[in-house]
Amino acid sequence: MRTPIFFLIQILAGLVLYLLFITFGNDYWFYAGYTVMQYVVLATAWNILGGYCGYVNFGSAGFFALGAYSSVFFYTMGQGLDDLFSERAAGLLAYIFPIPVPILILFGGVVAGLVGLGTGYLTLRLRGVFFAIATLALAVVLETLVVNWDFVGGSRGAYVIPPANIPVFGAYIHYLFALMVVMVIVALTTARLIERSRLGYGFAAIRDDELTAEACGVPTLKLKLTATALSGALMGMAGSTFPFFIGYVEPGSAFSLSYAVNSIAMPMIGGTTSWVGPLVGALLLGTLQQLATVTISSAVNLLIVGLLLVGFVVIAPKGIVGWFENWPWRRAKSWPES
Amino acid sequence: MAGVMTGPLLRIDQVSKRFGGFVALDDVNIDIAAGERVGLIGPNGSGKSTLVNCICGTLVNEAGTVTFDGQAMNGLNAHQRTRAGLARSFQLPRPFASMSVADNIRVPLLYTVDARGGPHRSLAELDDRCMEMLKLVALDEKAAKNPRDLTQVEMRKLELARAMATEPKLLIADEAMAGLSHSEVEDIVALLIRLNERGITIIMIEHIMRAVMSFSQRLLVLVSGKKIADGKPEDVIKNAEVERAYLGQ
Repeated sequence: MRTPIFFLIQILAGLVLYLLFITFGNDYWFYAGYTVMQYVVLATAWNILGGYCGYVNFGSAGFFALGAYSSVFFYTMGQGLDDLFSERAAGLLAYIFPIPVPILILFGGVVAGLVGLGTGYLTLRLRGVFFAIATLALAVVLETLVVNWDFVGGSRGAYVIPPANIPVFGAYIHYLFALMVVMVIVALTTARLIERSRLGYGFAAIRDDELTAEACGVPTLKLKLTATALSGALMGMAGSTFPFFIGYVEPGSAFSLSYAVNSIAMPMIGGTTSWVGPLVGALLLGTLQQLATVTISSAVNLLIVGLLLVGFVVIAPKGIVGWFENWPWRRAKSWPES
Repeated sequence: MAGVMTGPLLRIDQVSKRFGGFVALDDVNIDIAAGERVGLIGPNGSGKSTLVNCICGTLVNEAGTVTFDGQAMNGLNAHQRTRAGLARSFQLPRPFASMSVADNIRVPLLYTVDARGGPHRSLAELDDRCMEMLKLVALDEKAAKNPRDLTQVEMRKLELARAMATEPKLLIADEAMAGLSHSEVEDIVALLIRLNERGITIIMIEHIMRAVMSFSQRLLVLVSGKKIADGKPEDVIKNAEVERAYLGQ
């Protein structure tokens, strides 16, 4: 399938979902859909580094929160322009602020991407479990920073009040849902392009054997940095709309363990070798969690993830996608397109 | 293709490498001319693999310089040296386990010649080149297979084909024949000679003397990190120092 067609199919699927929810559902469907899709982005982002390159990132929550807090930062700044700047500067900045959410998404992506690049540079010498510990430490360090940073609310948290309604979309959650659809499309398209390009071959070579990869001319450090930056940026983007979604952000919720755990568990359950895996895993697990939250309690969520993860590691180590690995349409592996 | 250059293809100049207090390479000097077939022997732990790693950039030598094709290699990463035309096969085959045999060849094809600024190949050309490499080592029938389905000798051939895919000027075959049968060894030696006839300089590191003697035009001996002999194979093996190193006093 060519990339433009793939692109169109995604847009169509997003549109159909949106119209279905508008016509037959209510706002709850949008909230639930947003949450599930947020996990699709997180899982796909995690998989770029974890699945393609084989570097397990336990700090997904950190990158997610970076995106969230970058939005909080600019939102808070927009609220207090008169106090923060001179009258003149505030007057000028008033033209820019409040910054539209799509721009904030880009900011969140850039911030998290840069931090990803920096962390990658510092930690990519570490392999296996040591890299995982380093990323976990990063999340803890970031959380400590945010807790002590009064401007973005510190440990007491920050309110981000979105308008109740917005032109064209109506309810604000419809708008956020649409934005998340766009992010899903960006994430899936990126992942799929990587898989079919030279980059994908390089990533897979790194995952299999870094020493041999170097001997084959693969610039491993450069590729790994590309992966951490891309993965971090996508996670940051997913987090940047979170404050508007939730309305009140505090470190505990933005750095929640469930983001770190889910971003690992979803690709693992879906399968890590292709973009389909994280998508399937996130849709399945995300939906299950939503169902559990409504029918039983939200505390059951992590239990479900844990049990499923253990089950899949034992029964299907290659994930759901692994079941179909030997099907003829999977066998015909295409060449890099670029 | 030789003759154009004035200096040697590979110059190893006073290279030393230590691991803590252990001196693995001690002031090694070697010149290798373009087109040569060189054998490198030495007892276990004599520093052969360390030397290869220093040449290829996997390890960094503390002292001395490696010059390849007129270009200083010091400070270059392994992948940059590969792109400069230095290829190696590993002592123990290290295939990309999750990829097919053909994909194992595609990685160096995608990352060396294209990256050198050479012409970007179309997909069909890449495919042709990939099959050509596999045909070279008679693995074309197994292109779609996974490396774990290969036999030992096929694995060694894949290792060589992958090194060849980088279009090297110099190929270092690090014990490409360890553990192979009589006829398989001959198979690989014949393959290496064929590659040499295509104009590729080859350094063969080997314990199997029969293979070394039939392959090498020149023989180097490394003992305890020092080069103790360098010359015609027939002369080198008669050298008293070499005999002592191999047979004991």
